[in-house]
Amino acid sequence: MTASTIGMSAFEIATLVRSKQVSAAEVTHEHLALVKARDGDLNSFLQISEEAALASAKAVDEMIAKGEDPGALAGVPIALKDNLVTRGISTTCASQILKAWKPPYDATVILKARAAGAVALGKTNLDEFAMGSSTENSSFGPTRNPYDLGRVPGGSSGGSAAAVAAKFAPIALGSDTGGSIRQPAALCGIVGVKPTYGLVSRYGLIAFASSLDQIGPFARNVKDAALLLQVIAGHDRMDSTSLGGPVPDLLSDIENGVEGLRIGVIEELIDGVSPMVGTALDSAANSLSAQGAQVEHLSVPAVKYGLSAYYLIAPAEASSNLARYDGVRYGLRVEGQDMNETYVASRTKGFGPEVKRRIMLGTFALSSGYYDAYYGRAQRVRTMIIDSFRKAYESFDVLLSPTSPTTAFELGAKAADPLSMYLSDVCTIPTNLAGHPAISVPYGEGENEMPIGVQILAPALGEANMFKVARALERGAPLIAKKLFWE
Amino acid sequence: MVEDSLSSNAEFLSGWEMVVGLEVHCELKTRTKLFCGCMNAFGQEPNTSICPVCLGLPGSLPVINEHAVELAIRIGLALNCRVDESIFHRKNYFYPDMPKDYQISQYEKAINENGYLELPLSKKRVRIERAHIEEDTGKTTHVGGDGGRIHGAVHSLVDYNRAGIPLVEIVSAPDLRSAEEAREYVSELRSILVASGASDGKMEEGSLRVDANVSVRRSGSREFGTRCEIKNLNSLRSLGRAIAYEAERQVELIESGQVVVQQTRHWNEDQGVTTAMRSKEEAYDYRYFPEPDLVPLCPSKEWVSEIGSRIGLLPADRRKRLTSLFEGVESGSTFDQIVTVVGLGLDELVVGAVEGGADPRLALARAANEVAANMVNQANLSVEAFGELIKMESAGQLSATQAKTVLGKMLESGYRPQEVAASLGFEALDTAVLEALIDQVISTSPKEWERFSSGEDQLTGFFVGQVMKLSKGRADGKVVTAALHSRRA
Repeated sequence: MTASTIGMSAFEIATLVRSKQVSAAEVTHEHLALVKARDGDLNSFLQISEEAALASAKAVDEMIAKGEDPGALAGVPIALKDNLVTRGISTTCASQILKAWKPPYDATVILKARAAGAVALGKTNLDEFAMGSSTENSSFGPTRNPYDLGRVPGGSSGGSAAAVAAKFAPIALGSDTGGSIRQPAALCGIVGVKPTYGLVSRYGLIAFASSLDQIGPFARNVKDAALLLQVIAGHDRMDSTSLGGPVPDLLSDIENGVEGLRIGVIEELIDGVSPMVGTALDSAANSLSAQGAQVEHLSVPAVKYGLSAYYLIAPAEASSNLARYDGVRYGLRVEGQDMNETYVASRTKGFGPEVKRRIMLGTFALSSGYYDAYYGRAQRVRTMIIDSFRKAYESFDVLLSPTSPTTAFELGAKAADPLSMYLSDVCTIPTNLAGHPAISVPYGEGENEMPIGVQILAPALGEANMFKVARALERGAPLIAKKLFWE
Repeated sequence: MVEDSLSSNAEFLSGWEMVVGLEVHCELKTRTKLFCGCMNAFGQEPNTSICPVCLGLPGSLPVINEHAVELAIRIGLALNCRVDESIFHRKNYFYPDMPKDYQISQYEKAINENGYLELPLSKKRVRIERAHIEEDTGKTTHVGGDGGRIHGAVHSLVDYNRAGIPLVEIVSAPDLRSAEEAREYVSELRSILVASGASDGKMEEGSLRVDANVSVRRSGSREFGTRCEIKNLNSLRSLGRAIAYEAERQVELIESGQVVVQQTRHWNEDQGVTTAMRSKEEAYDYRYFPEPDLVPLCPSKEWVSEIGSRIGLLPADRRKRLTSLFEGVESGSTFDQIVTVVGLGLDELVVGAVEGGADPRLALARAANEVAANMVNQANLSVEAFGELIKMESAGQLSATQAKTVLGKMLESGYRPQEVAASLGFEALDTAVLEALIDQVISTSPKEWERFSSGEDQLTGFFVGQVMKLSKGRADGKVVTAALHSRRA
């Protein structure tokens, strides 16, 4: 092996592996060694699946030896959020209730990534059942921010974001229900994408809020994120909500620049952000304008109500999705005197406080007599938000906003105050409610020298334009000077 | 179709009227389950027809079975419903046989709404409020404790083979007014479900399960009384008995100054009583909300009409076709036989036999009685063989008694009637032999013959009996009668 592959992009690694300059096994060994040496401080992985990773790498190398092409992600290490089911490898959702559960099947995205030659290193930490914005709600301990171990990586996909930022893997998969990919990407200084609802199959993603959940990529650059999304996107007959039709080509036009594109800055999402986040957004807008885009401010009034609607819809769906963890068929079972006691004991011990809070919120919101006032009204707000975005996209190709109102906060800073924690997702939630795609692109440093993310929002299936703007933004973005914890 | 009499109940209810609405769960005859590719089969080893989807494993998602939708539409069309766009809801409640602890069902917008079913005997129209699609639950067996119920059970075993089997729940309006009507409704509904190809209609295997909502009110009152729901009535007999018992119980309560409490009740077949399962106060709040994992069901008009064109003859049409073989039988015993034959799906047998030249009345009677009594072996009987048997009987080659015996053996063995008759020694008497027997009888009873010859018809039976006796039962009574009469002339 000539040079280290640590820190290389997915494109670079796949090119080297496909041209036999490095073996998938070497790449895998190198990344696993780094994880084993350094993840003790970070806690980004819940489980390293070394054996399975080496077997995948070997399969890739054998294909190459036979003159076959393993695919676009040949030998590229990938980290998987632990709410994606992996056959024979425990899948916990960072919850005690699924601690020992080994699924008998693989999520569709896992099969697709593997079919493209990717090598899964293991399962990454998350807020329990993806409920949270800091990864502190994991029942296996919090993940830390690789730029400052005293700070959170964001969440809920904090493990995947931290692993990619720490160079443990060039790419990772996460899930985004209200910002769970984009917000940790912003806080860890990497790229994170929430695709159009239905572009990526949810089969094998353990549901939090089914109408909002979407799997998406993390990467350290925009092109790698587009590449990974291209691999996992597409219709799946196992998911009724998966979209038919051809997958948009995300890579061909990615370097074509933003000349002539109309970009709108959402005024409602600038209010209340930290000063340096606000400055970064202005600078990002100026950069795009300087590259030839028409940038203007606009109002998307309904997004103000996004957070309130989200905290009714998501818990409501969660209360139903999480009912199955009852100790009867799999997962934790705490025996009681009778059936009801067993249910109560298993769920009391198995779920953490945030999960219980949301189950109760959701159960209440769906209760007879309250349904119309809460769930029903939240659905009407959702329709309003979709209408509001539709109007905005009549005049603009993409929209711009901060990803998170602040940079990464300290561990424990918001843990005791759920409402202030919920507010970290105020900029990301409206896209989930609309089912639209959005991307977070790192844009320099803010308060405490921690990374800032800028969010680009696009209409349904507007990923190609979204990536084009993201790539342009990336070209003009200030770099993150701060060192990783292990550098 | 002879069931135990309920006349005592009707008498008891004088001054009262019972109001009954039925919810019938019908398992659809698809190859696979409603939301996954597991086999829809009865009687498999427990927990062998299961997968991540029907087990509700984390991460799994449902995908609707197109054939189930088609069969549901057939049911809707056969019940004169409006078939339209529909959505699925989740019905949330905890129970071990529910893999996801919610059931995917249709709540607000059902695929079939606002239809009716016409009862064959009274021609009364019973309104169908809806016939919606939902998934079945697994099956729980409670071991130990009180009569197979969860209360006091030592442990429970769950078989998830049934989880995810497609069901259509057919909900009638509270239009039924007696236990007999309720049974007639279910019986006719079962015929429709079988005829439309949607279900095998086997109540004994749980393919059809009935819940009855029963209330009572003073005759002439227009207000509904408080109703009780009786769960899981698995035969027409249980249905009739449970409804009669429940109405009686409610009348007794009211007449003794008590009130009926709205509750769900369980029918105990052995003791013949209903007992409370849970009352309204402890009723579940199912927290229905639209199922986010499924998209709305929007069957195109073209598809619906194509499905409609593929539905075969429905029971009403089948009865009409059979009735047309006779003169003036809109009611009476022949019509009852027609209803029975159609109800059991034996009408093709009769029509086929008649088309082959068999006597309609005899074919209908043999189907409604002998074949109906031996439905387990019905598949052994071909239309041709049945037709031949009827013709042999009409021609006097077999006596009525012999024909019934032969038919019984045919049902058991699948052999042709000639083979069976020969093996039983049932060859018809040669005319010469018969005439010789008659000579013999006349010579031993000359006085009686003189009286018979002078017109005393009441002696027919005597002579037929004598001939039958001499023939050791091989003679056909009708043929003997005819021969005696022609001899007298």
